[in-house]
Amino acid sequence: MATVKLRAPLKDLAGGNREIEIDGSSVGQVLRELEHRHPKISGWVLDEHGRVRRHVNVFVDGERVREDAPVAPDATMHVLPSISGGSR
Amino acid sequence: MTELLVGTKKGLFVLRGDAGAEKPFDVAARAFPGNVVEFAIRDPRSGRYFASVTSGHFGARVMHTMDPTGEWEPTTGLGYPEGSDWSLERIWSIKPGEADGLIYAGVAPAGLFTSTDGGLTWELNRALYDQPTRSSWEPGAGGLCLHSIATWPGDPSRLAIGISAVGVWLSEDGGESWRHGNQGLVPRYIPEDAREGTIDLCVHNMHRAPLRPERLFMQFHGGVYRSDDAGESWISIAEGLPADFGFPMAIDPADPDSAFVIPMISDGDRVTVDGRARVYGTRDAGESWTSLSDGLPQEDAYLTILRQAFSVDGEGPGMGLYFGATSGDVFGSADAGASWFTAHERLAPVNSVRVA
Repeated sequence: MATVKLRAPLKDLAGGNREIEIDGSSVGQVLRELEHRHPKISGWVLDEHGRVRRHVNVFVDGERVREDAPVAPDATMHVLPSISGGSR
Repeated sequence: MTELLVGTKKGLFVLRGDAGAEKPFDVAARAFPGNVVEFAIRDPRSGRYFASVTSGHFGARVMHTMDPTGEWEPTTGLGYPEGSDWSLERIWSIKPGEADGLIYAGVAPAGLFTSTDGGLTWELNRALYDQPTRSSWEPGAGGLCLHSIATWPGDPSRLAIGISAVGVWLSEDGGESWRHGNQGLVPRYIPEDAREGTIDLCVHNMHRAPLRPERLFMQFHGGVYRSDDAGESWISIAEGLPADFGFPMAIDPADPDSAFVIPMISDGDRVTVDGRARVYGTRDAGESWTSLSDGLPQEDAYLTILRQAFSVDGEGPGMGLYFGATSGDVFGSADAGASWFTAHERLAPVNSVRVA
């Protein structure tokens, strides 16, 4: 199972969990399962088309990736806001 | 009489007044109504004023005049070359250089332009534009912008520039070639296992100490740093600040151990900490910081001060300090931050402040 690591504010939407173990073979699959388990996070990471939002960064084992990237069973996935997002 | 050039989301305000007087500064002129003014400055060598103006319809340009209450004229040459995958979006900074007529402009997407005729015509710095990593450069929240240009007093060959979010670049040949100067910067917004070798480094503001030019100070996207080797490497000097996030920075030109920052809560909440408007100053190169807030609002003051909205006037104990917030308020000090007054209230959201 991949380990998904979250920071605020996503951590708070996932019931305060910093780390969640999730099965899935792609980034999109893992994130959809994350939404399934923690519905409050729906729409925050993936947009209405199932794509990782422009101003969200997903790293899998140190590589910045998008929703179609593969995820190994022992992978570590970070989901965090990009510096390009937010307001100035 | 002090003259402030305040760039706002709704034009340029030219404020004039006496520092520390009871009366607020007067609006001597408002130029470019309806347009965003990103930055404005007066080149003290020529007396010429420059304003970076962005029209929602008609793009970005630098305007110039000898009288900011009169007519402005466009400069020429600011734009990416035909066939480029980039188009000019905004002009973030204008900086006089260290040779007659030499002046720089930092723009978004991240490029450096040079003028050798005092700012009337501009030319793209190809060495930076041709960097092989350019296609992978990542923007910060304000876009992919070159905002800080640190010249070396008396030596036009040495430059340091800061880009959000592509870190520090150094040149020792007047911009003919560039290399990174990022050692020691810690991008906490990137997972630890992805930090090594990254150039996604979000510099927010950077200044060189003119009396000790190998020293630079930097406000980073989470972190405040000092370099004592001309930008090759950086050490954290954030301890003692209520937060290490912020945008602008200023220094006392007469004191190479000085720096001033305006801490904000975090990148997720870019307002002054605890609802208090406080400038923090160091006079020992970052060993310790002092809150400078006498006269600034200390209750329910959730201000955002952008990276070009903090400026100095003169130097030493009588140095003026001025900053403007996106609330439209402009504050000033005539005693290097020991006490503050309100120079003007309720302007449009402030992008930049410079003393003419």
